[in-house]
Amino acid sequence: MPLRVAVIVFPGSNCDRDVAVALEQISGQAPLMVWHAESTLPKIDLIVLPGGFSYGDYLRCGAMAAHAPIMREVKARGEAGVPVLGICNGFQILCEVGLLPGALLRNAQLKFICRDVTLKVETGQSLYTNKYETGQIIRIPVAHADGNYFADTSTLNELEDENRIAFRYSTSDGKIDPSANPNGAARNIAGIFNKNKTILGLMPHPERACDPVHGGTDGRPFFEGLVQALAA
Amino acid sequence: MGLTVKVRIHITLKSGVLDPQGKAIENALNHLGFSGISEVRQGKLIELTLKETDLIQARAKIDDMCQQLLANTVIETWHVEFL
Repeated sequence: MPLRVAVIVFPGSNCDRDVAVALEQISGQAPLMVWHAESTLPKIDLIVLPGGFSYGDYLRCGAMAAHAPIMREVKARGEAGVPVLGICNGFQILCEVGLLPGALLRNAQLKFICRDVTLKVETGQSLYTNKYETGQIIRIPVAHADGNYFADTSTLNELEDENRIAFRYSTSDGKIDPSANPNGAARNIAGIFNKNKTILGLMPHPERACDPVHGGTDGRPFFEGLVQALAA
Repeated sequence: MGLTVKVRIHITLKSGVLDPQGKAIENALNHLGFSGISEVRQGKLIELTLKETDLIQARAKIDDMCQQLLANTVIETWHVEFL
């Protein structure tokens, strides 16, 4: 059975094709590109909300996209257990639409950050991280102005207690401290899961670290593991 | 005519949420020589005209708009002013 992936394209998305290329290289199957104004989806194994600046980041990052016609369907599928991956702007949209808790605030130092960061894989046991070891350090780029993850203390505790933090910004030797935190994110959080780990939102861009010409391939296992897990 | 109300909605970050833009503005004001400034917070201001004469109804509609779109209730709060 070929893998059926839908990449949602909003006006202002700019990583939609990058993620489609990464998925096609690894799965051999080109994803379906779905325009935001659509209101239905065919039967699908994975929905991707790509990076970019949907609707020019008007009002708040992801706020307008969260109310795009297609999002009603994405929300319903996500709530019904269909895996949904949100990268960067996609993570912001997942928070705005309520599929993930918390919000992404302006970076603490107010700068747009575009560089490689080192991340600690907090759990290797998920649809998305199964090709990594728990505790593994990987190098993946970030490119955002609003990646400062915020949630109230009880939500942060719940995320930790339920093992729902996927990645944290870390030093290259695995220390989780302020020096490794590029944007002021609470508890160095770079990516989180929903309760049953079918939905993942993360600020870093694994699709931009899939080919040696990207300058690194640490994002490749992310998609390899995901494609294998979905095919199983 | 006369059946509308003009509304101004002030949206601000909740008090516990760090506002790095407010901090930067505060630093800039200090550099300009304005002293005694603290707790600078930046927000958004949205104005709209609503076809509604009952202010209680209008207020309920605005709160609904804020909850659904205009504000992110995780981080923001709002204050409504009728003009």
